[in-house]
Amino acid sequence: MKGKSSTLPVSYRLAVTSRVLAAVLGGYVVAALASVSLTLWLPMARAEAVVTGMMTSFLAYLVAVLWCFACRSAWQAWFGLIVPSVVLAAISGLAYWAGHP
Amino acid sequence: MKEGFRQAMAWLHTWTGLIFGWLLFAIFLTGTLAYFKAEITHWMQPEIPARTLSSEASLTLAQDYLQQHAAGASRWLIDLPNAREPGLTLRWQQAPAEPGKRGQFTKKTLDPQTGTDVQGRETMGGDFFYRFHFQLQMPYPWGRWLSTIAAMVMFVALISGIITHKKIFKDFFTFRPRKGQRSWLDGHNAVGVLVLPFHLMITYSSLVIFMSMVMPASILAAYKGNAEAFFDELFPESNRPTAAGQPGQLIPLAPLLERARAQWPEGQAGSLSVNNPGDANASVVLERDGAEGVVHDFGRAVTFNGVTGELLSTTPALPVPMAIAGAFYGLHMGNFAGPVLRWLYFICGLAGTAMIGTGLVIWLGKRQLKHAKSGVMPFELRLVEVLNIASMSGLMVAVVAFFWANRLLPVGMAERANWEVNSFFIVWGLSVLHALLRRGRAAWVEQLALAAGLFCAVPVLNALTTPYHLGVSLVQGDWAMAGFDLTCLGSGLFLGWAAWKMQRAGRATSVPRARVRPVPLEREAT
Repeated sequence: MKGKSSTLPVSYRLAVTSRVLAAVLGGYVVAALASVSLTLWLPMARAEAVVTGMMTSFLAYLVAVLWCFACRSAWQAWFGLIVPSVVLAAISGLAYWAGHP
Repeated sequence: MKEGFRQAMAWLHTWTGLIFGWLLFAIFLTGTLAYFKAEITHWMQPEIPARTLSSEASLTLAQDYLQQHAAGASRWLIDLPNAREPGLTLRWQQAPAEPGKRGQFTKKTLDPQTGTDVQGRETMGGDFFYRFHFQLQMPYPWGRWLSTIAAMVMFVALISGIITHKKIFKDFFTFRPRKGQRSWLDGHNAVGVLVLPFHLMITYSSLVIFMSMVMPASILAAYKGNAEAFFDELFPESNRPTAAGQPGQLIPLAPLLERARAQWPEGQAGSLSVNNPGDANASVVLERDGAEGVVHDFGRAVTFNGVTGELLSTTPALPVPMAIAGAFYGLHMGNFAGPVLRWLYFICGLAGTAMIGTGLVIWLGKRQLKHAKSGVMPFELRLVEVLNIASMSGLMVAVVAFFWANRLLPVGMAERANWEVNSFFIVWGLSVLHALLRRGRAAWVEQLALAAGLFCAVPVLNALTTPYHLGVSLVQGDWAMAGFDLTCLGSGLFLGWAAWKMQRAGRATSVPRARVRPVPLEREAT
C-alpha cells in the first residue's frame, strides 16, 4: 500500500475506504459494546464498573482498528468486527434483560 | 495489503500520522506550553505581584469581600492563591431565575494582600494555550470531540509505529547525523522511543479524561439512560443542600482551613465553596489543592455546616477504578509536579511535538526525492509542504505574536483579551499565505528566522514596556517572570539555529550530490 496514487485501481481505493469505515465506525461499535458488556458483568459497584468499562474500551478500539488494516481483505475486516459485535451485544443483552445490576 | 503485518502497520502509521499530524502538532505544542500556564499568565499579567501569603489571611479577605458584594448569591467559590497562581480568585453564582437552570456566574480576582480588585490588563494568559489544547477554539463540544478523536488517532499511530520498528531499541542507538532524510528518520525514532512512556501515558490519559463524553454507552446501559445518576454517584458533594429560606450567620471561614488540615495528613485546602451563604442551611465544602498528589481525587472534600461549624462529611477513599482514572487525569495535567518535574514534563512535551514534526518532514522528504530531478512538485505534495510550514514554523510565529500582542496592545483597549487571541490567529493565517507564496525552503527559513527574532526580542520588549525586566526579576527572585524571558530567549536561539541549518541544507542540495543510497525496505515504509 504505497503512495503511487495515479496507478492504483479503483477497486483498491474502494477497499481502503471500506477498511477505514470499518475501523472508525465498526471499531467504535465494538469498543462501546465491549465497555457495556464489561460494565454489566463486572462484580463491582455500578459506578466503578462503568469507569472500568469506559477506560478499557479504548484498548478494544485500538485492537479493532489494527485488525481492520492487518487482515487480508476489506471483507475480512468487516467480518472480524461484526462477529465480536454480535457476541458482545448478546452478552450485554443477556445481562441487561436478566436484570443484572 | 499482501505485504504482511508490519508493512500494513507501517502504512497505517504513515497515513494516520500524516492526516492528523498537523492538528496533533498544534495540540502537543499548546499542551506543552500549558504546563507553564500559571507562569505564562504571570508574565502576561505582571500587575499581579507574586508573593507568598497565608491562606487564612486571604480567606478572611475573600469572605469580607463576598459578604459585601455577593451576600445574596446562592454559591461562592473561592480559589486560594498559591505560589504559582498569585491571585485570589472569587466566583459567585446567583440563584437561578427558575429551577433547573444554571444561575449566572460572576468572577473577580483580588490582590491577596489588600483585598481590592486587581487592576490587571485584560488577558487570557496561559489559559489560552490550555483551552486551545483541547477545545481548539471551537464551540462546545466540537473542539473536545475533535481533540479526543485526534488522541485516538495518535494512539493508533503510536502503537502501529512501535510495531513497525521491530528493532526499536537497536534503532534507538543508531543516529546518523548529516545524512539528510536518514537523520530525520533516526531522530524521529530516537525521540519517539526515548519518551515513549510519556507518549503512551499522555495519549491514553487524554482519552480517559473525556471518556464519559466520547464513550457513554456503558453509563447509559448501567443507569438505564439516566447519566445524571452516574455523575451524582461519582461526585457526591455535588448534591447541594437546598436553602432553608431563613437567615443564618455564616461562621468565619479561616479557622476551617486548620480543621480541614486535621482531616488530611500533610494536606492543604486549595479551594472552598460556600453553598447558600447567609442562610440557616449554609454549608462549606473544602477541596484539596490539586498540587498535592498524583491521583486527582474527584470531589475529595470536607464539608462543614456553615452556621454551627459542625463537621458534616468527608468523602471516603477512592475505589480502585476511580483512583486509576484519577491517576491518569493527574498525570496528564501534571498539577502535582514541582519545578524539576514540571520542566521534565515540558521537555517530554517538546519531544512529542518534535516527533510529530519530524514525522511530517519525513513523509514529504521521501516523496519529494522522486521529483527532485524534474523540480516540479505534484499538487498534493505542495499542499503537504504548505501545511507543514504553516502548522510548524507558522504556529511558532503565532505563539510569539500572542506574547507581543500582550505587551503592545494598549492596556485600556476594549475587548483586549480577544484581540490578543485574534492576533494569534491572524498571524497564523498570514503564515499560510506566506507559505503559499514562497518556495518551500525559503518559506521555512523566513518563518523560522522571524520566529527566532521575535522570541529573542521578548526580554527586550518586556524591559521596554514594563518595569519587570530581567535585571529586576532575577534580583527579586521572581523566577516565573525571569524564567519566561530566558525560555523565550532560549527558544529564539534554537529557532535561529534551525533556520540557519535549513538555509545551509538548502544550499547543499542545490549542488549536484551523490546518488541517494537505497534505504532498506523496512525503513522505506514510514
